[in-house]
Amino acid sequence: MSSNEAPDVIAEGNDDDMPANTHTDMAYDVPVSSSNDQIVLHPEIGFYESLINNLLADGYQMCIDLCGVDYFKNLTRKLPNDATAERFELVINLLDLSAKRRIRVRVQLPEDDPKVPSISMIYPGAEAMEREASDMFGFVFEGHPDPTPILLPEGWVGHPLRKDFSMGRIPVQFKAVEGR
Amino acid sequence: MSTLDHLRNRDAILRISESEAENRAEVIDPDDERMIINMGPQHPSTHGVLRVTMELQGETVLRSKPVIGYLHTGMEKTAEDLTFLQGPTNVTRMDYAAPLFTELVYSLAVEQLLDIEIPERATWIRMLMCELNRMSSHLLFLATNGMDLGSVGMMIYGWREREEVLRFFEKVTGLRMNHNYIRPGGVAADLPDNWQADVREILDILPERLEQFDVLMTGQPIWRARTQGVGVITTEEAIALGATGPILRSTGYAWDTRRTMPYLAYDKVDFDIVVGTYGDTFDRYAIRLNEIRESMRIVEQCLDMMPKGPYRVEDRKVTPPPRARIDESMEALIHHFKIFTEGYKVPAGEVYTSVESPRGELGCYLVSDGGPKPQRMHIRAPSFVNLQTLPHMMHGGLLADAVAVISSIDPIMGEVDR
Repeated sequence: MSSNEAPDVIAEGNDDDMPANTHTDMAYDVPVSSSNDQIVLHPEIGFYESLINNLLADGYQMCIDLCGVDYFKNLTRKLPNDATAERFELVINLLDLSAKRRIRVRVQLPEDDPKVPSISMIYPGAEAMEREASDMFGFVFEGHPDPTPILLPEGWVGHPLRKDFSMGRIPVQFKAVEGR
Repeated sequence: MSTLDHLRNRDAILRISESEAENRAEVIDPDDERMIINMGPQHPSTHGVLRVTMELQGETVLRSKPVIGYLHTGMEKTAEDLTFLQGPTNVTRMDYAAPLFTELVYSLAVEQLLDIEIPERATWIRMLMCELNRMSSHLLFLATNGMDLGSVGMMIYGWREREEVLRFFEKVTGLRMNHNYIRPGGVAADLPDNWQADVREILDILPERLEQFDVLMTGQPIWRARTQGVGVITTEEAIALGATGPILRSTGYAWDTRRTMPYLAYDKVDFDIVVGTYGDTFDRYAIRLNEIRESMRIVEQCLDMMPKGPYRVEDRKVTPPPRARIDESMEALIHHFKIFTEGYKVPAGEVYTSVESPRGELGCYLVSDGGPKPQRMHIRAPSFVNLQTLPHMMHGGLLADAVAVISSIDPIMGEVDR
């Protein structure tokens, strides 16, 4: 698709006179919404990797941020195209340095299988951020070159930023140093 | 795609786990001259508790991996248990050299979700304080960078100048660090009487001192030999790795969020983006030194253009009423009580805001479920992302230069580990 198409669609989406839920606005072939005047794309997991490739080709050179969100039981948020809200969300913020624009991608990840392709082959800068999301939420990034813990100690059990990981009174898990 | 292939083919990142590195260190193969050593986490020149696992061949660094997480205290988890009003007390402890920027980006995110417009004076106070903070942060960099490279006197000079700025901060916010000064809705307190004189004094002292730094370091042959051509990175590599701030600018790419995507009132002040040419350690040093001069220009303009008026929004649902009103107005008492017990509710939604911190793009991704506490608060820490450039900068260089390269990234571990 042409690169000029996306902004037109966004302008249309902001129009208050539009009847809700009659059709979904699309950009880059995925549903798009506007959140506090910021453009948000909502691909399904299957389209995620190709969407990121399209966005890079369209000029979004930098993956500025990648993080997970745990909505736990709060699944009331609205998504375009009547998509089902899952427990987890993977949020990627991209930046186009030459056109000075930003875009956000939100991927729904199911609780029982939070598996998603790694984009560190497309944006090498996402490598550390994916490792962090993997530590904190237990996401599995398929094809990640170095899926080791980054902020947590090796062998730590649990994912601290999940809502069902309690705060406080957590015994610190030290590992014994072998052979010393 | 060639940059990607180039980064991959270079094979600069040591992708092994901690236990594997431990096992590998025990094996001594006489035919293989490569060895794995650990630098840190207590090495004095690693700026806190950074550990770098390096694969060496003789004195040459081949592959390396920054090992982080020693300062991880779960601040993003803590944020989910604090109200939006208490939030800045938490985030200010992330980047302890530039605390006001994290407060700012958090406050901007909350304000955008609340959809409130802050008074003009609050905007300008924020800008004044942030630019002073940028100066103090860069002065700290000059101190530690000098120390790392053997100019130990510089350590004392940098800290001395930084203290001038911190003294002013103490006067305004009550604290030298971790201010909790910039809050959603404005700032915590108005500037003190006669603040102009204090700021003028800083602006009067600094130019002469910066020239002394030039004499001490910039022009010195030893300094140049240790920094020029060391830890080179190209624009394409920096962009692919997500590096921002002085690292990206050192390659000659003029990206500064203050200018390219202005926030606060940066579109109303006059300043230049400082860029380098070669993307080496010297350029990153020179950029930070000259950014102090640019920040001084902005501070000067803030002195002249500081508007009058309230320093925070007069919306009593967001900011507490003045202390005097509580004794005479029942409504003010209720507002005060509500704000400090329950907190204010923020409409459901999600937003990403970003500012230019001394280390690069500092972002905040904030999700609210409509309650008084955030559903999720994520800080995009520039040091965390910038550290990924380290293996590429050190690759093929000498072990002695590793210290110079780590120093030139200027990582603040509190922000890296959060």
